[in-house]
Amino acid sequence: MERQGQIDNEEARQTGAVLQLVDDEVERKRFLKAVGAASAASFSAFVVAACGGSKKKKTTTATTSTPAATETAQFGPGDIGIMNYALTLEYLEAKFYKEVVEHRFFTGKVGSLIQRFAEEEADHVRALTAAVSRAGGTPAKEPQAHFPLENPTQVAMLAYTVENLGAAAYLGQAARIESKEVLAAALSIHSVEGRHAAVLGTVVNKPITPDGAFAKPADVATVLAAVKPFLA
Amino acid sequence: MQTNGADTQQLLAGTEVHGLTRSAFLLRAAIATAGLSGLGAVAPFVSEAIAAGSMTDVEILNFALTLEYLESDFYNRVGAELSLGSTARSYQKQFGEQEQDHVEALTKTIKELGGTPTQKPTFKFPANNESSFLALASTFENLGVSAYNGAAPLITEKPVLAAAGEIVQVEARHAAAINLLVGKSPTPTGAFDEPKAKRQVVEAVKPYIS
Repeated sequence: MERQGQIDNEEARQTGAVLQLVDDEVERKRFLKAVGAASAASFSAFVVAACGGSKKKKTTTATTSTPAATETAQFGPGDIGIMNYALTLEYLEAKFYKEVVEHRFFTGKVGSLIQRFAEEEADHVRALTAAVSRAGGTPAKEPQAHFPLENPTQVAMLAYTVENLGAAAYLGQAARIESKEVLAAALSIHSVEGRHAAVLGTVVNKPITPDGAFAKPADVATVLAAVKPFLA
Repeated sequence: MQTNGADTQQLLAGTEVHGLTRSAFLLRAAIATAGLSGLGAVAPFVSEAIAAGSMTDVEILNFALTLEYLESDFYNRVGAELSLGSTARSYQKQFGEQEQDHVEALTKTIKELGGTPTQKPTFKFPANNESSFLALASTFENLGVSAYNGAAPLITEKPVLAAAGEIVQVEARHAAAINLLVGKSPTPTGAFDEPKAKRQVVEAVKPYIS
């Protein structure tokens, strides 16, 4: 059930926390742009910069909301919106793999792996659907989607792209999640998507770690733009 | 300057979180039942961890640093000396470089947050050929994923959490690639990676600290 209208103390606290996080996100993105590719030096520098040096200023006053503060609002409020965003992506991944399996593009070892990943994405769909319901939200509906499936090489490459995108999407949301329980669950899925991406990398002879030692997050706009071609 | 094994054990144990074996079991059981409990299954694990007294962000980063020291030493000191096939060799070099990047980044971050980076322990790895090397690599990478996933929800500063996320995803990629190479499932616990409590991780790495 979406909360609207009156804001109670808890919501005010959460809103303040989210908006404070927004400031960090904006600063972090600016800094990352400035230093280019992540490296050991820029990694720690951005953490420090985003933390505002050694002392982090706490504020409970609301500041102007930016795109990052509301980027999952279209999917629902707070953590529900984040979970529904993830659920939408998981629906796409699950559908993609289901079709790949049905087309029998792969046999043997790769075929088994694809089958396994198909089951795991379906598990993600089930878990996130249940979680949104338990949190009192309305689970996102399965989007209509169509994937180009031409030949094994093209399909495997698409799988690699989609898994890397999914991992980046989860990473992009980690710091926005309010509940520690939801965060723990999101992390348990996020690392599995990383595993999937790495495996597909070995299949298509592409990097296991395309971003090097530090994976890069992707924001909602980037992810939705990337999946738009597949939405009917 | 390297600390001895006893100092390291004390350092790791000093900020111990209560063992969560029971909760971890509940987590696995709940999640395994086709997500019936959904994300709520993680609640007991996290709530207990928080109730037991969380580590500070610097303590968490130092916990991570100890693991990264282990992995870097394993790949770059021991792995470099072994006779390895081409795939194992490329992983030894690539992952070794990345673990060292993690060591450097965590060290720098801890200092800049006003903390003292933990000293590098002396490690001993029973790996004398490709088979034992890859078996240990699989152990360490998968353990690393569990350790980060277990500690991350306890992090208070969002940028530190984001940074931990950037590292754990890479550890998961390593783990999957190594597992594939040794004929293990790249997703050993299926659709959901299982977090481990710090105490469980400490127990698991004890045999490798001199």
